[in-house]
Amino acid sequence: MGTDVFLIGGSAGSILILLQILPHLDKDLPFPIVIILHRKSFPQSSLHILLETSAALSVLEAEDKTELENGKCYLAPANYHLLFETKRLLALDASEKVNFSRPSIDVTFESAARIFKNNVGALLLSGGNQDGVEGLLHILQNKGVVAIQDPATAEVSYMPQQALQAIPDIKLLQPDEMATFINKLKYNT
Amino acid sequence: MELDIIKDEEIELLLEDVSALYGYDFSQYSRASLKRRLNRICVVDKFASFAELRYRVINDSSYLQRFVEEITVNVTEMFRDPNFYKKLRTDILPLLGTYPFIRIWVAGCSTGEEAYSIAILLQEVNLAHKALIYATDINPSVIEKASKGIFPLRTMKLYSENYINSGGVKDFSSYYTAMYDVVKFQSGLSDRILFSTHNLVSDSSFNEFQLILCRNVLIYFDKDLQNKVFSLFDGSLQKLGYLALGDKETLRFSSLQDRYKQIQKHKIWQKSN
Ligand SMILES: C[S@@+](CC[C@H](N)C(=O)[O-])C[C@H]1O[C@@H](n2cnc3c(N)ncnc32)[C@H](O)[C@@H]1O
Repeated sequence: MGTDVFLIGGSAGSILILLQILPHLDKDLPFPIVIILHRKSFPQSSLHILLETSAALSVLEAEDKTELENGKCYLAPANYHLLFETKRLLALDASEKVNFSRPSIDVTFESAARIFKNNVGALLLSGGNQDGVEGLLHILQNKGVVAIQDPATAEVSYMPQQALQAIPDIKLLQPDEMATFINKLKYNT
Repeated sequence: MELDIIKDEEIELLLEDVSALYGYDFSQYSRASLKRRLNRICVVDKFASFAELRYRVINDSSYLQRFVEEITVNVTEMFRDPNFYKKLRTDILPLLGTYPFIRIWVAGCSTGEEAYSIAILLQEVNLAHKALIYATDINPSVIEKASKGIFPLRTMKLYSENYINSGGVKDFSSYYTAMYDVVKFQSGLSDRILFSTHNLVSDSSFNEFQLILCRNVLIYFDKDLQNKVFSLFDGSLQKLGYLALGDKETLRFSSLQDRYKQIQKHKIWQKSN
């Protein structure tokens, strides 16, 4: 059960957590990281640049049919859903909002479950929205790896709390454990 | 939960049916999005299985319109990506003003918001009298809506913000008349627009343009189809003409990239001489 992609979803209160994770990720991760953030509070297209300044690896904003490379982070652009066309190719979709959100975390998580089956890891961070929970369930159904930010540490706990309710035995991570958790997945073959 | 009741082989079968029976070829649409749309249509129209959807599509030709509408995504806005419109307003349209007559093609215009935005820009840079906008879409029902020029009142707040962010200085509401919960745009604007159906997959070039806009349409196509459509645009664009794409789309990696020059970081490319 290797990891071919790692997904991070977050909403309100998750940018600071990301800024904490990104510097500690291994540069040679054998899979790409895909980040889906609700961008209401941060609509500028410069978010990936902000994230990259603190990151050990490059952070790119996904465009139409972007080819994924291992050891790089891809951020879903504001106002588009992010889908996987194949294991190596992203696709964008400007259709209806899902959970009042575009990008929606559920949409990307479900698409990943479809394409990568059990070779997905996913982490859901702080947020005040229900988005991401269904997506985690899909990944779990396909036997992927799922985890959430410990709601007790989340600036806005609703989102991880909802996930915990839906998946009571889901792995809870403290912010300072997250990078290690992701890095270790490379041994997971 | 979003259902996932559709298998890849089933999609191929359905697409073959639709192509054979109705002449719409979706076989080169991006699979990821197509699958979402097909799942969604099953949920929204309450098909218990994919076979039921297929049966309906095959046996009820009146359902086809609805099918096409759901498969193709119609989400649009006026002055979507205001910076793009600012660039048109300040640089591109004034350059086109040197031509005796300006022809603009809005390909994949959906319900028309983009075409009306361009018509407003043309008025404001005093070029409307010698310009014509050809606005086309695969879907006859959005074209019918577009040609009426009637939009929901509740969207005007966002559109007027977009308009101002694109450099507009007029009172946006001077462009339309409100009637209850809808607004109708001035006929002076729609007079400059010719709405018509046109399928980018199967129809050919129908004129020569100085500016072609095709925004947020190509994201739904696979790379081969994108390249095919790019050559259609290439064959429909005058030398030194401009091709504008959506905010996250690119000509890079395409068959045209060597002969087109990107205008700074904007999603606008100029054809070389
Ligand atoms: C997301 S909308 C984009 C609307 C507008 N251009 C914008 O950027 O706001 C995509 C449009 O492309 C149209 N479309 C999809 N396939 C097409 C095809 N083969 N030929 C022409 N139009 C197509 C759809 O019907 C839909 O109206």
